[in-house]
Amino acid sequence: MARFKRLLVSVATLAFGSGAALAQTTVKWLHIEANPVPVKIWEEVAREFEAKNPGVKIEMQYLENEAYKAKAPTLLQSKDRPHIIYSWAGGVLKSQVEAGVLEDITPAMQGYRDNLSASAVDAFTVNGRIYGVPYGVSQVGFMANKDLLGKAGVDAGKITSYDDFLDAVKKLKAAGITPLAVGGADKWPVHFYWTHLAVRLGGKAAMQAALKGQDGGFEGETFQKSGELFKQLVDLQPYQNGFLGFKSQQAIGHFGDGKAAMLLAISSFYHTQKVFAVDKAGVPDDKLAWINFPTVAGGKGQPSDTLGGINGWLITKGAPKEAVAFLKYFVNAEPQKRLAAGNFIVPVYKGAEAGLGSAFMRNIAQNIANSTYHQNFYDQDLGPSVGRVVNDATTEIAAGTMTPKQAAKAIQDAFRQGN
Amino acid sequence: MAALAGRRGADIGKLSTILLFLPPALLLFTLFVVLPVGEAAWYSGFNWNGFGSPTNWIGLDNYRFVFDNRAFGTAFKNNLLIIIVSLLIQLPLALSLAIILADRFRGAVVLRMVFFLPYILAEIATGLIFSFVYDGDYGLLAAIYKSFGAEAPHLLASPQTAFAAILVVVVWKYFGFHMMLFIAALQSLDRSMLEAARIDGASRWQSLRYVVIPALSPTIRLSAFFAIVGSLQLFDLVMPLTRGGPSDSSHTMVSFLYTFGITRMRVGFGSAVGVILFLICVVFAFTYKRWIMRDE
Repeated sequence: MARFKRLLVSVATLAFGSGAALAQTTVKWLHIEANPVPVKIWEEVAREFEAKNPGVKIEMQYLENEAYKAKAPTLLQSKDRPHIIYSWAGGVLKSQVEAGVLEDITPAMQGYRDNLSASAVDAFTVNGRIYGVPYGVSQVGFMANKDLLGKAGVDAGKITSYDDFLDAVKKLKAAGITPLAVGGADKWPVHFYWTHLAVRLGGKAAMQAALKGQDGGFEGETFQKSGELFKQLVDLQPYQNGFLGFKSQQAIGHFGDGKAAMLLAISSFYHTQKVFAVDKAGVPDDKLAWINFPTVAGGKGQPSDTLGGINGWLITKGAPKEAVAFLKYFVNAEPQKRLAAGNFIVPVYKGAEAGLGSAFMRNIAQNIANSTYHQNFYDQDLGPSVGRVVNDATTEIAAGTMTPKQAAKAIQDAFRQGN
Repeated sequence: MAALAGRRGADIGKLSTILLFLPPALLLFTLFVVLPVGEAAWYSGFNWNGFGSPTNWIGLDNYRFVFDNRAFGTAFKNNLLIIIVSLLIQLPLALSLAIILADRFRGAVVLRMVFFLPYILAEIATGLIFSFVYDGDYGLLAAIYKSFGAEAPHLLASPQTAFAAILVVVVWKYFGFHMMLFIAALQSLDRSMLEAARIDGASRWQSLRYVVIPALSPTIRLSAFFAIVGSLQLFDLVMPLTRGGPSDSSHTMVSFLYTFGITRMRVGFGSAVGVILFLICVVFAFTYKRWIMRDE
C-alpha cells in the first residue's frame, strides 16, 4: 500500500513538474522522554524548524525506555523505521553500526561538530565515522533528602568515603527511615552501585584492561571487590520493602514522595523525581542534596572520575537529509540554552551550560567538566548482551542469590561468549 | 460392471477433492508452520544478534548455552508447575462449578457469565490489573492487610512468592473457559442415563462418580490438552506482572526466550529456545493424541 502511494506521489510529481517544491518530507523522530515539559520545548523547536523549512514535517513518537530497548533491533531493520532515534552510545551503538542500519553523518558534521563537547562527539564516533549528534550528558550520584538525613543526624556534605556512606545508612536504619530507594525490577538502577564501585576501585585502567581480557577480565580483583563492597551495603538491608518488584519510575517516585532518604540517581532524575511523585512536586530544591559517589579506601580511581550517560540522537540508514539538518538545528546554542534553563539536560553545546537554571544542575555540569574520565553506563557500554548480564548479576547480588564472585564470573562468561 | 464404474467414479471424486482442497492447506501450512520452524532451527546454529544475515556458525553451542543457563531450568520447572496446577486445581474447580451451574436455576446464567468474564479479558490487561492488586503499598491486597493492621507483603517482589502469585492469576483467568466446555458437555448429556441411575437408587454422588464423569471423559481429556498446551505457551501474564523476575524466578520458557533471546539481541540463542519449546510441544501433542485421546 505504502509503495503504491509512493508510486502515485512520484507520478503526480512527474505530471506537475513543480512537485519537488511542494513535496512533503516527513522526518520521524523516536524518543523515550517521559517528562512532558522538555518534550514541549522539543516540539516548539520542531515547529520553528518546520516554519523555516517549508515542506518538512517533524513527527514525534514516544516509546517507554525498556520497551524501546527491546524493540530497537527489529524496529531498525523494518522498512518503516524512524529516521532519528534515541541512543546511549556505547556497545549498543557499535552493534548497530556493524549491522549497517545507521547513516554515516561525518560529512554533515564538519564545522558544526566543533561547537560540541569533544568527548560527547567521540562517544558517537565509531571507527572514525560519526553516527549521531550528542544531546546531553549526565552523572550518576546520590540524590538525598536533607530533611530525612537530618532526622537521622546525617550531614550530606560529610559523606565522602564509602565507610561514611555505610555509616549514614546504618544511622538512617536506626532512625526508622528507609535509607535508599531502588528500582530492582528494571535491574539497571542496581548495576550503578556495582559499576560505580568498580570505577572508584579501578578507574579507567581497570575497565580498559578488562575489555582486553587482562587481569582476569571482569572476573578480576577490581570487579570482585566491587561486588564485595556492594554486598556490605546489601547486608544492611538499605532498600525499600519489595524493591525487587519496583520499576525504576516507581522507585524514583518513592524518593520524590519522601519515603526514602537517598536514591542512586542519574542527574536527570532531578526532574523525574518530581514527575513521578504523587504531588508532582517531589523533593523541593532547598531540601535536595547531591552526593558524589563516595571514594573507596585504596581505590585507584580519581575522586573526580564520573559515571554517567552520554545521550544523543542517531540517524538511521536511508533517512532524508532533512533529519540531520534538523538535529543540527535542534542541538544548537538557543535550544540547548532553553533546555538548560529548565534544568532538563547538562548541555553538550559549548557555552550553553552557563544557562543552567538551578544550582543543583550547575554543580553536575561542573563535576562533568572537571572529570578526566567519564565512564558511560556499563550496560550500554558493553552492548546489549553483556550489558544485560551485568544488570542481572548485580541485581542477583542485591537479591542475595549470587555471591560477588559468582556475579563477576557470570559477567566474564558473557563477555567471553562475546555476543 | 456398472458397480465397478460407479466405484471408480467415487474414487475419482475423492481424488479430485483431495487435489482441490489439499494444496491450499498444505501451502499455508508450509508457509506459516514448516518454514518458520525450519528457519528458527537454522538460526539456532549461529551466534547472531539479529542484524543483517547470520554468518558466525557455532553449531550446537546455543543449545549448550540454553541448558547451562540457570534461568532456563527455573523456567522449565515453572512450566511444569503451571501444568500441575492447571490439572490438579484449575480443572477440578472448573468441573465442580460446571456441575453446579449446568442445572437451570435462577441466576445460573449470570453466574456462568461472571466466571467466564476473566477469560474474555485480554491477558496483558489482566496482568496490569493484578499488578495493582498485588502492589504491597497501594494494592487491594495491601488494603486488606492494612485493615487487619498488618504490613502487606510484596508478593511479586519476592523470589519465593512471585511465581505462586502468577499461578493464582492463571487459575483465575482460565478456569471459566474450562467450566464453559464442561457445561456444554453436561448439557448434551443423555438425561435418560441419569434417570436410570436414579431409579436404580444411585445417590447424587454415585451418579456423578459413575455416570456423569465417565460421560464427560472426552471433554475432560480435551480440556486437559488445552490446559497443558496453554501452560507451555504462557507469556503474556508474566510480562506485565514480573517480567520473569525477581532473580529470574518467575520465567516461563516463552518469557525466557523473549528476555534472553530478543531483548539481548541473541537471536540464535532465542531460536534454540524456540526449537526446544517446539519439540516439547510436538512430542507432548503426539503422545497425548496417541495414548490419551486415541478413542476419538
